[in-house]
Amino acid sequence: MQSTDRTLVEFDGVAKSFGAVKALAGVSLSIGAGQCLGLVGHNGAGKSTLMNILAGTLSASAGRFLVSGEDVSERYGVTAANRLGIRCVFQELSLCPNRSVAENARIMHPSLKGICWRRRAATLIGGMLDTIFPGHDIDPSQLVGDLSIARRQMVEIARAFSATDTPVRLVILDEPTSSLDGVLAGQLLAFVRDFVAGGGAVILISHLLNEILTTADRVVVMRDGGVVADRPASGFTQITLVESMGSVAQEQARREQRSASLTAELKISAAPAMQGDATTLVARRGEVIGLAGLGGHGQTEMLVRIFQGQRKAQAGITVSGNTAMVAGDRQSDGLFPLWSICENATIGSLARLTRGWLIDPRAETRMGEEWKQKIGIRTPDMANPILSLSGGNQQKVLFARALGSDADIILMDDPMRGVDIGTKQEVYGMLRQEAAAGRTFIWYTTEMDELKHCDRVYVFRNGRIVDELSGDSISGERVLHSSFETAA
Amino acid sequence: MTALRHLLRKPWIGAYAGALAIWLATVAFTEGQGGGGVLTAALSFATFSVLVAIGQMYVITLGPGNVDLSIPATMTLAGAVSMKVMDGNNAMIVPGLAIALGCGAGVGVFNYGLIRLLRIPPIIATLSSSFLFLSAAISYSRGLRIKPPPLLADFTTWIVWGVPVLAVAGMVLTFVMSVILHRTIFGRTVTAIGQNARAARLAGLPVDRVRFATYVMCGMFAGLTGYLVSGFSGGAALNMGAEYLLASIAVVVIGGTSVAGGFANLPGLWGAAMLLFLLVTMLNTYGFGAGIRMVLTGVIIIAVIAVASGRRPSG
Amino acid sequence: MPASIIARNARILLPMLSFVAILLAVFWLQPRAMSYVGLNLLLNLALPIAFATIAQMFVITVNDLDLSLGAYVGFVACVAATWLAEQPLLGMAALAGGVLVYAAVGALIHLRNLPSIVVTLGMSFVWLGLAILVLPTPGGKAPDWLRALMTWKTPLVPFTIYALLALAVVVHLGLMRSAQGAVLRGVGGNPRSVERAGWSLLKAKMIMFAFAGLFGMFSGLSLVGLTTSGDANIALRYTLLSIAGVILGGGEFTGGRISPIGAVIGAMTLTLAGSFLSFLRLDPDWQIGAQGAILILVLALRVIINRAEARGL
Repeated sequence: MQSTDRTLVEFDGVAKSFGAVKALAGVSLSIGAGQCLGLVGHNGAGKSTLMNILAGTLSASAGRFLVSGEDVSERYGVTAANRLGIRCVFQELSLCPNRSVAENARIMHPSLKGICWRRRAATLIGGMLDTIFPGHDIDPSQLVGDLSIARRQMVEIARAFSATDTPVRLVILDEPTSSLDGVLAGQLLAFVRDFVAGGGAVILISHLLNEILTTADRVVVMRDGGVVADRPASGFTQITLVESMGSVAQEQARREQRSASLTAELKISAAPAMQGDATTLVARRGEVIGLAGLGGHGQTEMLVRIFQGQRKAQAGITVSGNTAMVAGDRQSDGLFPLWSICENATIGSLARLTRGWLIDPRAETRMGEEWKQKIGIRTPDMANPILSLSGGNQQKVLFARALGSDADIILMDDPMRGVDIGTKQEVYGMLRQEAAAGRTFIWYTTEMDELKHCDRVYVFRNGRIVDELSGDSISGERVLHSSFETAA
Repeated sequence: MTALRHLLRKPWIGAYAGALAIWLATVAFTEGQGGGGVLTAALSFATFSVLVAIGQMYVITLGPGNVDLSIPATMTLAGAVSMKVMDGNNAMIVPGLAIALGCGAGVGVFNYGLIRLLRIPPIIATLSSSFLFLSAAISYSRGLRIKPPPLLADFTTWIVWGVPVLAVAGMVLTFVMSVILHRTIFGRTVTAIGQNARAARLAGLPVDRVRFATYVMCGMFAGLTGYLVSGFSGGAALNMGAEYLLASIAVVVIGGTSVAGGFANLPGLWGAAMLLFLLVTMLNTYGFGAGIRMVLTGVIIIAVIAVASGRRPSG
Repeated sequence: MPASIIARNARILLPMLSFVAILLAVFWLQPRAMSYVGLNLLLNLALPIAFATIAQMFVITVNDLDLSLGAYVGFVACVAATWLAEQPLLGMAALAGGVLVYAAVGALIHLRNLPSIVVTLGMSFVWLGLAILVLPTPGGKAPDWLRALMTWKTPLVPFTIYALLALAVVVHLGLMRSAQGAVLRGVGGNPRSVERAGWSLLKAKMIMFAFAGLFGMFSGLSLVGLTTSGDANIALRYTLLSIAGVILGGGEFTGGRISPIGAVIGAMTLTLAGSFLSFLRLDPDWQIGAQGAILILVLALRVIINRAEARGL
């Protein structure tokens, strides 16, 4: 089992689009048995999409995908992946909380049945836990729902590595150490090395670059849906790794410096729930504040905290003024799918549109038309259903809802996801105008380019503010350094 | 022509068409005998179904899992208490109404308290509270069969040119509730919560207050109906609400309101309520016994609901 | 370790404690109940309720609710008191048909994505109507073998207690300990992950509803064995009793968290609570209300415990 050149999985020009958005632009990549591949990249680089294709939960739009030299791109799926010994530990846990650890092992292994299946399942998962995390105290008969997050993660990992009738050949670990402490993380990474030495393959995704550099044999850097670097781990340092993730198109003309004076009225002062030190987020009248960092590191929670803090007094949060939210996840946080475009746009401003007790339909239509012009919603009729619009135009409606309200603080939750470049430019222009007119913006964005529209930027990692940049110090490189744990 | 097409696309058209078809089938069987009388009776009884269904519709529109199963108990309680308070005295009609509405509101407050404070799913909360209130009603009015005030009895059974006055009043109330649904912030918020509660919260809408008000309102409609039914049928009876549990839900769903929430429809309630009553009348006319009548009612309701509201499971 | 054992068994501990408490209270009020005959009188109605509770539990496991169970048990009772005694083959076919209808209802709910309460509420009319068709007025006669079974004089303790024990053990083994049961329960916990592992959700739902039909049938049969005659309205309150039994036994409405042993204990507790309330000379008007109150009380207690746990963690 020495040969590291034995190719296990090979992607050949694999591409994937979601509507107009290109998530993967022809990736070619291979991984061999006995290898640990580190995969890094900033938000939206295409890592997750690629791994979902490998796990069988997404299918590629174009390109070939080979396992052990055999082209499987036509008839691939979760079951096929399982049969070929490809396992995946995603960030969102996929265990059934109402069942015990052993029973959860059973769900992945249909062959565990008959008499004493429970004992065999317990032995299987317990043995694997012993191997990976010696000295753990998880009882296989415990309910998963009663376990801490870290232990669930351990069970999920152990389940992925456990084998019954088919050997495990490749395991994808997506941020496996995110909820493990240092000791457990060390045990896991040591086990990964053992597994690889035994001829298995592992793809490791992590924002902790030292983990990548010490564990992986090879590191692949992705950016904008493509592979930009593919070298042995020894060919990288943390610094060069961060640099290769950054944007090639270097800082274009900065936005014209506005003098958002430090004496302007203080609108928000708030600390993340998990901050733990004295750092607070501060925003003044007319400022555009960026929240940066990797996705899911506490930025959305911060916005929701500010939003709720304005409505109900909370410790550590002072908000003076009204807030409105521009949702980024349109389906789950923003749209009312059964309503017309106009109703979706005016819902935040109904108090101003009533005459007596009743909503004035003419005032409502007027506001709809006004924003259709102002923000350029492309529709023949604002009375059409909201779902008749393209994603970008739906997003404009959500902007209209917030900007059209009387709120003087606008919270934006990565609102440009999946929005075309033309729309973006229009919205950027509008933001600048509104900020100049005295509105305050808190803008969580995963796109580096957008940070240059901000006066100040707070970088989040693991639910805490770890860096604050302002003016000329706002650079993609600096944000990358802060969002990845570069300290060894 | 376009007007016709516009009409055909209304979500309530099916209920009216069904009601009409069943009425025609009934009248054809009796060879035109009593067709008008059937309609008058249908309007009378439909009024009660519609009144409870309005409250139920607002609750169901709040989204999946929201339903009020305490309606029958609330009706019985409100009917029994108000009859006892009025004690057949015309002068007490208005206080009696206020007390019936108060009973309903009390049930609503209690239900929402269970849902919000104890985090009990609405189905179970309203089901278990309904047993408490049913017991309260039984215990309060045991052995007593108090006649309603004559004026109330006359009003609830008053028919002018074949049209029950109560039905006209019910239609006016339906119209008012329709305006509230479409033209007030409260109504908009109810439909917004039903479509996407998280988005409603993030749009700054008062989600909790509106949910509370909706449950209280549903209780008040049940209380009002209990009061009117008692007046109509000569007093409160312990089982008077029983048939309104399925009726309230079926009328809402058949009338074109989405079971999944977020979309409500008031005109459809009348079509659906008429349809249900005429269905029973038709089965009676055809000479079916109680057993077959119940089976067919159940099967037809399930069939209509399956056709009207079925969506493919997503994901 | 002991702390974790207590934590893990807290779900079953609470129902057990409430059962023992109410049993002691009954004995204290009525010492004569502490005998073979007394126990039999106290508990014999617990068996049909326990069967119904287990039936409801199968439905709750897949995050649905069956509001037609009481009417269905009444239908089975009517069939048992008429056809099963006179024309056993027809009777058995009718009962088997009932189980199949349950499976079909499960399929309908899954395929059309309908709320189970609406469909089962409609089904309650169907079952009640069918029961009236089979037996228009209360009466009929239970098959002799059924009566013999239910009045069987077993040694030491009454037959009911053996039957309750067997029921708890069999369902526990089948649903909680078997490999197939683990998957079926997973449907309530995380349907997507079960589906991802290649199991059919439709099949799972049909199986669980069919089991509900099967145990509902046992409930009706045992009920007729005890009462010796049938009545369409005989078991209408079983709908609430069965839901209360599941909840009392530590089950939850969503997430597939259920406990068959707890459910049986919950059914016994409810039966005893009925006797207890009548020993207390509680106004019979308040009997139903008391059951509603018990349900609310248990749920309230559980919220308090859960909050305390959350604070402790």
